[in-house]
Amino acid sequence: MARLTSPLFAILLAVVAVLSLYVGSSQVSPWVGLSDWLSGRETAEAMIIGDIRLPRTLLAMAVGAALGLSGAALQGLLRNPLADPGLIGASQGAALGAAAVFYFGLFPGAGHVAIALAGLAGAGLALLMMLVLAGSARPAMVIMAGLAISTLTGAALATVLNFAPNPYAMQELVFWLLGSVSERGLDHLTLLVPALLLGGLLVWQQRHLLAGLSLGEQVAESLGLSVNRGSRLVVLGVALLVGASVSVAGSIGFVGLLVPHLVRPLVGHRPDRILLPSALVGASLVCLADICVRLMPPGRELKLGVLTSVIGAPLFIWLVWRDAKRWY
Amino acid sequence: MVLIEARSLRVDRRLADVSLSLAQGEMLGVIGPNGSGKSTLLHSLAGLLKTEGDLRLEGECLRSMPARQRARRIGLMPQAAEVSWSLRVQDVVAMGRLPWLDQDSHAIRQAMTAAGVLELAGRKVDELSGGEQARVWLARVLAGQPCLLLADEPIAQLDLHYQCSVMDVLRDYAHRGHGVILAIHDLSLAARYCDSLCLLQAGRVRSQGRAQDVLEAPVLSDVFGIDIHVDLSFDPPIVVPK
Repeated sequence: MARLTSPLFAILLAVVAVLSLYVGSSQVSPWVGLSDWLSGRETAEAMIIGDIRLPRTLLAMAVGAALGLSGAALQGLLRNPLADPGLIGASQGAALGAAAVFYFGLFPGAGHVAIALAGLAGAGLALLMMLVLAGSARPAMVIMAGLAISTLTGAALATVLNFAPNPYAMQELVFWLLGSVSERGLDHLTLLVPALLLGGLLVWQQRHLLAGLSLGEQVAESLGLSVNRGSRLVVLGVALLVGASVSVAGSIGFVGLLVPHLVRPLVGHRPDRILLPSALVGASLVCLADICVRLMPPGRELKLGVLTSVIGAPLFIWLVWRDAKRWY
Repeated sequence: MVLIEARSLRVDRRLADVSLSLAQGEMLGVIGPNGSGKSTLLHSLAGLLKTEGDLRLEGECLRSMPARQRARRIGLMPQAAEVSWSLRVQDVVAMGRLPWLDQDSHAIRQAMTAAGVLELAGRKVDELSGGEQARVWLARVLAGQPCLLLADEPIAQLDLHYQCSVMDVLRDYAHRGHGVILAIHDLSLAARYCDSLCLLQAGRVRSQGRAQDVLEAPVLSDVFGIDIHVDLSFDPPIVVPK
């Protein structure tokens, strides 16, 4: 079963992606639209599929993959099933960077990707502060330093909101923070995909360390694995993944925390085998959630991050309840 | 052939001028009171601690050996075993192959057979008894097929049956052309199973050699601060507090 997990989830993702290209307010054939868009014909189908649904689908998949993978990596590294990608401060750093764009007009030449750029810079800065503060890659220190930096950036964000120049600016920022993949283009993917590839590569290369760490740091070291260096690389990879996804799509809650819990029993709880399936399930879930958002009645849009939290929280409660039953 | 040789080994204030050697096919027992440096010595030999002095594995300097090469040749079974996830026994044992970057199913099966955990292969390790877990940790080290196996108090907290079972496996592994160094508190079992012993006191070697040279009642009484009765003529040997 464990060997079939990734292929099955890859098929699921492909199905969800095709479904995502179909779903929208207009009835358009994705195959016609894609064919027109690829051949450069300026038809309505090409515009709807190529400029709206395709970027949205790819973004949802990339954001979900980044969050699922980062959650799996972080839980494996910290050997804690409650570890969340937001734990290391990257999400809040990205949010603060985005807020700076709204209020101080950073990166004016970057157009509408300015928020994403500033978010990435904010995530990078938060990560740097966290690593300096943590000093080592010991789980307790990473958690404490991450919490400290999250609190600091959260306080700074609250201050920015407090002194918002006008209620519209504040509303704009709050809506952005709620998370969404709508109204974004393929240029956002050029920011997200390199971060996804690089962060994913950093994490993937440390999969043996994640496996070894499940037997403790001493055993991992005795197996020839470099715990300190490897842990830092995992944290760096996770920060890249989370920072880039928050920068592009805002805060999408519960995916990083929940997805590894769903996948873990299917791969025999092995932290090295959970990485790829978590990325695939994360991508499918976020894409599916975005389809649900699009299926909502027109009017006030339900933000993607809100929907993932609304679905994710009860699901997480159920998982905790199921695990708790094991000990009764 | 000398498998591992340490000369004037020093670690901070924990070990001072420790010299020992182990030949292929032998099992060496490191004995001594708590805090005498047994675990520090084993971790130093595993290359996990910064040490001073000369440390050679089959004639090669251990310090200059790449971590993965070292891990392929030296297996460590630490004193405090932990497992963070609900892993199956076969997956835990397979982790012994991490230094080799393979999943050699023959080596894994052989290790599980030797440690007597083959029938537990599909069970969750956190659902096993302490004795069963100890044999799983041992199988994990055996799966790496190291030429030197270091075991830090492998029989602590085990009942009599599992103590003998684990010691049998270790001795058998040593006698099949490998080497085993273990830290052990049970002096009777040390005398019964080990080819040679090394008695540590406050980070220094108090005596080393064959059991009859090391397990002398006056020396042991001095080191452990308690009167000890030694009768090595009995089978199995008896070393117990009076």
